[in-house]
Amino acid sequence: MSDHSTYTPKTGIERWIDARMPIIRVMHDAGVSYPTPKNLNYLWTFGGILTFMLVAQIVTGIVLVMHYTPHTTMAFNSVEHIMRDVNYGWLLRYFHANGASMFFIAVYIHMFRGLYYGSYKAPRELLWILGVVIYLLMMATGFMGYVLPWGQMSFWGATVITNLFSAFPIVGEPIVTWLWGGYSVDNPTLNRFFSLHYLLPFMLAAVVFLHIWALHVVGQNNPDGVEVKNFAKDTVPFTPYATAKDAFAMVCFIVFYGYFAFFMPNYLGHPDNYIQADPLVTPAHIVPEWYYLPFYAILRSIPDKLMGVIAMFAAIAILAFLPWLDTSRVRSTRYRPTYKIFFWTLVVVCFLLGYCGSQPTDKVVLSLGGTKILDIAGFGAILTAYYFLHFIVVLPLLGLFEKTRPEPASIADAVLAKHGHAAPAGAVHAPEKR
Amino acid sequence: MFRSLTPRRIAAAVLASGLIAGAASIAHAAGGDTPKPEKQSWSFSGPFGTFDRAQLQRGFKVYKEVCANCHSLNLVAFRNLSDKGGPEFSVDQVKALAATYQIKDGPNDKGEMFERPGRPADKFPSPFPNPEAAKASLGGAPPDLSLIAKARSYERGVVLSLVDLVTQYQEHGPDYLVALLAGYSDPPAGVTVGSGLAYNKYFPGGQLSMAQPLNPDQVEYTDGTKGTVEQYAKDVTAFLMWAAEPKMEDRKRIGAFFMMLMITLAFFTYFTKKKVWSRVQH
Repeated sequence: MSDHSTYTPKTGIERWIDARMPIIRVMHDAGVSYPTPKNLNYLWTFGGILTFMLVAQIVTGIVLVMHYTPHTTMAFNSVEHIMRDVNYGWLLRYFHANGASMFFIAVYIHMFRGLYYGSYKAPRELLWILGVVIYLLMMATGFMGYVLPWGQMSFWGATVITNLFSAFPIVGEPIVTWLWGGYSVDNPTLNRFFSLHYLLPFMLAAVVFLHIWALHVVGQNNPDGVEVKNFAKDTVPFTPYATAKDAFAMVCFIVFYGYFAFFMPNYLGHPDNYIQADPLVTPAHIVPEWYYLPFYAILRSIPDKLMGVIAMFAAIAILAFLPWLDTSRVRSTRYRPTYKIFFWTLVVVCFLLGYCGSQPTDKVVLSLGGTKILDIAGFGAILTAYYFLHFIVVLPLLGLFEKTRPEPASIADAVLAKHGHAAPAGAVHAPEKR
Repeated sequence: MFRSLTPRRIAAAVLASGLIAGAASIAHAAGGDTPKPEKQSWSFSGPFGTFDRAQLQRGFKVYKEVCANCHSLNLVAFRNLSDKGGPEFSVDQVKALAATYQIKDGPNDKGEMFERPGRPADKFPSPFPNPEAAKASLGGAPPDLSLIAKARSYERGVVLSLVDLVTQYQEHGPDYLVALLAGYSDPPAGVTVGSGLAYNKYFPGGQLSMAQPLNPDQVEYTDGTKGTVEQYAKDVTAFLMWAAEPKMEDRKRIGAFFMMLMITLAFFTYFTKKKVWSRVQH
């Protein structure tokens, strides 16, 4: 979509720069004249919100680093020094800690938006895969950041997660020792996590750049899932249309963010992390941050440790293959009535997996007359099985057998139909034969 | 525009899954025998809550005369007692108070450690030189109390946690502390209390090494407040909440201003967006 540039340098300085390095032209084409489908809904504002969150995390993080001490004997107290003695340190720290959660809330909405409207389908496969890479980097960054305050959950979370690698035969133990920089989670571990927690956001920013670049090549998907056919009829320029809408959505998101950071700052945290790390005292229940809970549930629901670790990583890796697992030619769930049911089932399954991840594995979920029928581990196993079935069995088969509804001929037609004009006759997609 | 993915439907899906999970957790929480602490009414709860200065001052007295015999308060300095948003003792009161403590300092120019009277900038000294000394004397190291009000909680389950998000109930720690401090009793029949332990039904497991710390009329209040165990427990807990979150009043005040600003900005951006988009059918 960026094949033609509408930028005309107006001043002498702009012409001078444009002839040497057309950076203003690139920015104009990407942020002003970029054609945006006019039927986008508010779910499409989360890309902008995520960019804002990345910047907010980097800015608050850099200032926090000015006051933080990465040492096992001083880290915990240096965080409390930030909370008590640094001017507005409490504000920086609460915004940074809650910012991680907000970042994940926004990324989950962004991802499920992609799943609902088929945004991963050709020609957006690479765009989607870059998104999965961003998500992985976010998980790594968030995990290492949670270790830095050196509270009980920091320490024990780090111990549990790094220990996962010991499940691999032969190489497992040496890998764990190498990760720790010793024989337990200790000062070398804290220091490398701190270093990587500072590095990864900048790698994240680089992949975000690639993600946005890929987006500007293929253009945005839209709620009707049909490609732009006529720029004049189907699209509006990014500025002022998308800019104005993004601004409103972003301010609303900031209100939501502020509610947590100012009024419920510890709601999403764990009280045990206000106890300094003690390698000799294990907390009753070790739970990761909420955004890892579904994957933690998958890990724990498989009795074999190695298989559990593989399943957990596979649950994320499988997303990268989604463009080829979904065989349906129809993108938007608006025109896929059967997939819609499976989509919402998947959403509920993910929430339930999250619930399972937060509970002790031996807790009883279902009992009949005092006999235990199902505990958290068993419930988690069922949900895990369904999660994988959705991607490996349901998606490939559904594309072949689903009777889809007619797609509109174009975005302009979809908009007209919405406003009560006669719905244009669109071709019914035959289930794809492969 | 929201034909198929309305916010209402999203909310319904979230709520439904929350309810399923919550129902499951409630159904099986009944088995636990640690009772839930009673909810107290706190001056510092809610979006506009502030600390009650008189209560913090009374709570400090309880801390100083009772808790401080065993528990440290490492993160709090004497000067904090005169900070805005805290007990707000006067600067002179704090100077006089600090001077009653002996602080280990040094080495001096002869290479010797020495003791000197405390200054407002000093942190509260620990009752024991190190955790090992505390263990040797008490049989266990008492936890530092600086963050205790935020480091303790009790299980609420999924549904009540979602309710808490809206009602802004976040005083789980303080409510637990009051229940614990005022909750000592004789063990029920059939329960044998281990040697050196005390029975308290609010403590997970029911037995802890801290003997009942508060007794009626133990601390003399000068403002006419009755010296009951419940009153002491509430006052010292309020003080400990301030110790754990000394910038709470700043946070809530700035937060209210921030929200007003952002909601106003939301209106402006909304009408801007509406105006811009009125030109095209979408």
